[in-house]
Amino acid sequence: MPDQNPHDITNNTAVFLKDVNVAYRIPTERIRTIKEYLIKKIRGKVKHQHFYALRDINLSVEQGEIFGIIGRNGAGKSTLLKVVSRVLYPTSGRVWIKGIVSPLLELGAGFHPELTGMENIFLNGTLLGHSRHEIQSKINDIMAFSEIGDFINAPIRTYSSGMVARLGFSVATAWEPDILILDEVLSVGDAAFQKKCSNRMVSLIQGKSTVLLVTHSPALIEELCTKAVLLDHGKIISAGSGKEISQQYVSMLNK
Amino acid sequence: MAIEETNIYDSDRVRSVALEEIRSIVHYKDLIVQLIRRDIVARYKRSVLGVLWTMLNPLGTMIILTIVFSRLFDMRGVYPAYIITGLVAWNFFSQTTQFSLNTTLWGSGLYHKIYMPRTAFIISVAGGGIINIVFALVPMLLIYLVTKVPLHASALLLPVAILVLAMFTLGLSLLLSTAAVFFPDVAEFFPVFISAWMYLTPIIYPEELLMDVLNGWVLKLNPMYHILKVFRLVLYEGVVPSGLEWLLAFLIAAVTLVVGWRVFTNKAKLFGYYA
Repeated sequence: MPDQNPHDITNNTAVFLKDVNVAYRIPTERIRTIKEYLIKKIRGKVKHQHFYALRDINLSVEQGEIFGIIGRNGAGKSTLLKVVSRVLYPTSGRVWIKGIVSPLLELGAGFHPELTGMENIFLNGTLLGHSRHEIQSKINDIMAFSEIGDFINAPIRTYSSGMVARLGFSVATAWEPDILILDEVLSVGDAAFQKKCSNRMVSLIQGKSTVLLVTHSPALIEELCTKAVLLDHGKIISAGSGKEISQQYVSMLNK
Repeated sequence: MAIEETNIYDSDRVRSVALEEIRSIVHYKDLIVQLIRRDIVARYKRSVLGVLWTMLNPLGTMIILTIVFSRLFDMRGVYPAYIITGLVAWNFFSQTTQFSLNTTLWGSGLYHKIYMPRTAFIISVAGGGIINIVFALVPMLLIYLVTKVPLHASALLLPVAILVLAMFTLGLSLLLSTAAVFFPDVAEFFPVFISAWMYLTPIIYPEELLMDVLNGWVLKLNPMYHILKVFRLVLYEGVVPSGLEWLLAFLIAAVTLVVGWRVFTNKAKLFGYYA
């Protein structure tokens, strides 16, 4: 039985996917204009090939679990994260999620160069789904952690790239989400700040958050994850403990 | 660890995506405020005159149009006030629709990174437009004063007229944005279309001019004519619109908004596969 086979949602379930498919339709010819589309539609000539980025995905993640997703490039890992973070609506299947999902994908996405650091904190915080009030109560934490200092009232375009990354990281990790989505473990800035980053990541991972971790690194899966799945060509080919999956992945790569 | 029942998202239990989106917008209301702020602050931050441009812009266009057209139509001193009233409303309409289109198409790589209700971006564009209208009222009132066009108590109904205009504009923006995701041609074609639309709407010339064209059907079938009419009646004419005039404008606006909202939210789940 290659698939993890969740039968039902329990009180402890955090993420539950049932028969999830993501199929991109690739037109055999590119149709660019409405006229072309209508002509081809009438003649019944709109043809598509289906490319399955994810196929028959069934999985269930328990609350507080550190759940690893591993696989080669193009296996569907990022697509799976997009489905869980509700950025991509699956072609078919059921998506069930309990709690606030916070994807720590790209730091500082949504920052505007002309706005000050302070204004960007509020913009970024509300993009993550927080209210003004919630951001206000975290503002001191964010400022202290990012070490931006007086630059907080200067436009972001005057920041160094390290400063932007630090501010982005500080906003994104200021709240402990119910479900944390990690596309590789992040560390930004200079050596000293990287240390702070990894400390904060560890405390988030070890906290009460459920963590979905995508990585290429078998060592990381083995070290951190209680459970993991191995993805290949859009399918879950194996599910088990972090250790089992990392070994399987290594042997798959060596084939 | 108590997670509220309301925090559960279940794709099987979403009966109506249109209603789900409204719930989500309520939750993300502070985002809309921040996005409006961002657009206004970022736009004028580095210009010397800053927000003054929102007032100077319609004033400049109005002056040019008055000089050009005052020789064509015999409306004497009343003409500038007539033009600027129509222009303020039209500018809101044309800027909001085109800005929404571009925001949905290229505005935000964010769509692929984090979840947020997508309508938030279009609502914030319309919200920013309403703030621009308020700014543009200053030069407009200046023209009223200079050309001695009196304001009547009916002007107190202006917020209602703006609301009707905004509902129609938001609805159309949602429809256009949806279409543009599937057919990028729409984004290219619309600027041409809207400039033609402007010349078919009595903004820079009196509406009597179009009364005879095709028995007046050019006017009757133009939704913006009915909506602008309410706008201009309360401000320029100083008349409270009749029940029928209100009803017509409101129905057009409400139907467009409901249809636009439903189409956009129903198609939004496919956006990730196209744009």
